Amino acid sequence: MNKVLIIGEHDGKTVNPATAKCVTCAAAIPDAEITIVVFGADTSAVAAQAAAIAGVKTVLRVDRPENEHPLAAILAPQVTALAADYTHVFGPSTSFGKDLLPRVAALLGVPQVSDLMAVEGAYKFRRPIYAGNAIVTVEADAARKLVATVRVASFEATAGGGTAAVESKSLSVALPSHTRYVGAKSGSTDRPDLQTAARVVSGGRALASADNFKILYSLADKLGAAVGASRAAVDAGYAPNEMQVGQTGKIISPEIYIAIGISGAIQHLTGIKDARTIVAINKDGEAPIFEVADYGLVGDLFQIVPELEKMLGT
Amino acid sequence: MQKIMVCIKRVVDYNVRVRVKPDGSGVMLDGVKMSVNPFDEIALEEALRIKERVGNIEVVAVSIGVADTQQQLRTALAMGADRAILVQSEVAVEPLTAAQTFLALAKKENPDLIFLGKQAIDDDANQTGQMLAALWERPQATYASKVEIGGEKATVTREIDAGLETIEVDLPAVVTVDLRLNEPRYVKLPDIMKAKKKPLDVTSLEALGVSATVFLKTIKTEPPAQRQKGVMVKDVTELFGALKKKGLI
Repeated sequence: MNKVLIIGEHDGKTVNPATAKCVTCAAAIPDAEITIVVFGADTSAVAAQAAAIAGVKTVLRVDRPENEHPLAAILAPQVTALAADYTHVFGPSTSFGKDLLPRVAALLGVPQVSDLMAVEGAYKFRRPIYAGNAIVTVEADAARKLVATVRVASFEATAGGGTAAVESKSLSVALPSHTRYVGAKSGSTDRPDLQTAARVVSGGRALASADNFKILYSLADKLGAAVGASRAAVDAGYAPNEMQVGQTGKIISPEIYIAIGISGAIQHLTGIKDARTIVAINKDGEAPIFEVADYGLVGDLFQIVPELEKMLGT
Repeated sequence: MQKIMVCIKRVVDYNVRVRVKPDGSGVMLDGVKMSVNPFDEIALEEALRIKERVGNIEVVAVSIGVADTQQQLRTALAMGADRAILVQSEVAVEPLTAAQTFLALAKKENPDLIFLGKQAIDDDANQTGQMLAALWERPQATYASKVEIGGEKATVTREIDAGLETIEVDLPAVVTVDLRLNEPRYVKLPDIMKAKKKPLDVTSLEALGVSATVFLKTIKTEPPAQRQKGVMVKDVTELFGALKKKGLI
């Protein structure tokens, strides 16, 4: 039997949908028994949510004040202590999982496979390299524990309706005091979360200013969409970093992705190629974004976007 | 603060479109331009800026790779690193081995800070810095977009999915850098000449007591699935109609 431990991601109130996608990935492993662990100061609410993910056998709660903020240096020794009972340790390929899992792997003295996009066996996986320009099939040694991050855009979330048992776990692990949480700043928004939204409207350098991004926000609100941005737009200060889509930003898989004024650098395309439908609006008909777009429209975005919004309104 | 170590990797240049070999045995690397991993350039730039601000800090650039990796270390020296160490290895090492190697160097050099790029643009693994911090039993501050040094501490702003997070870490610590930390300087010709005289030591994995374990076997390498080329629409009305028909809006 393969026993998979998934590190559940949450913000203290809500389980991140990336967790249910990790469950889908783990369930593809032959003969897998799945456990989710949640760390926090009080995980009662998120543990209940995690327990409702179908296919999960057990949810472990590790509550202690030091776990209030997800610091890798604090969580890694606790995950490592738990890992003794498991063959696989998985987490999402989000900033949370990418920060934590390699620290766990090193403490366990085992390798990590990053960004699993397909499961071919208990120790055999496919993953992208070179910004997705090549896909490798890798096989790890079954004699070692395997740590991996799951490329969440490659998996659908597992449905709800699960009834996992919830257990509180207390770990007697000494935690370091060398790393301290100071604070966080997040662009508070009422819009859907970029990583899980069904619809995404995204802007590039052609928007030309942070102020002009307002026309995208307005269109997105009509569509009930999240708003993303290209690296060029973020570098130029038109949009905050958490909106960046691409190789080094977020990798997303919405039903529809509307790329506005984005030329389509390979680094950006890496982040969107799992979108069901891609729409590109750009004044340069030669822009590489049109190579991957299902629908392309050449023209001035400052005319097209308001026009499109108007049509949606009627 | 006396010493900063910066780990750099030789990778296929950012501008090269990588192609898969027809037999699926890997990607085509013959005659391809190689460069310093762009994130590692940002890491080095940050170390140099701290040195310029604080003064009296030695910046040591280190790398693991084939003999030609000396070229990338010379670039690091031309940018302003004081000396360099190449751990020469003909086999490509995996992140855990890289971390073990950098740990061995850290134990020799005792740096106050180790900077790395958050990921290398070849294998996109995003592991080495975190693994090094774990093995060194020191703090990690990944995806840094701002680094402030004060006494025996560093305050680091990190780019995370939800926005920005700030943490404080005791030194020594490992910091991995993100894109917007800084813009690396251009190397000028006189600096390239000067760099030729700076010390570049060559050592080996064996000399550091590290063995290059193969943890992951690569079975095959394939090109990604291509998206079908779509259609061009002539105006907003046609676009709206097409999306409406597919039930997308």
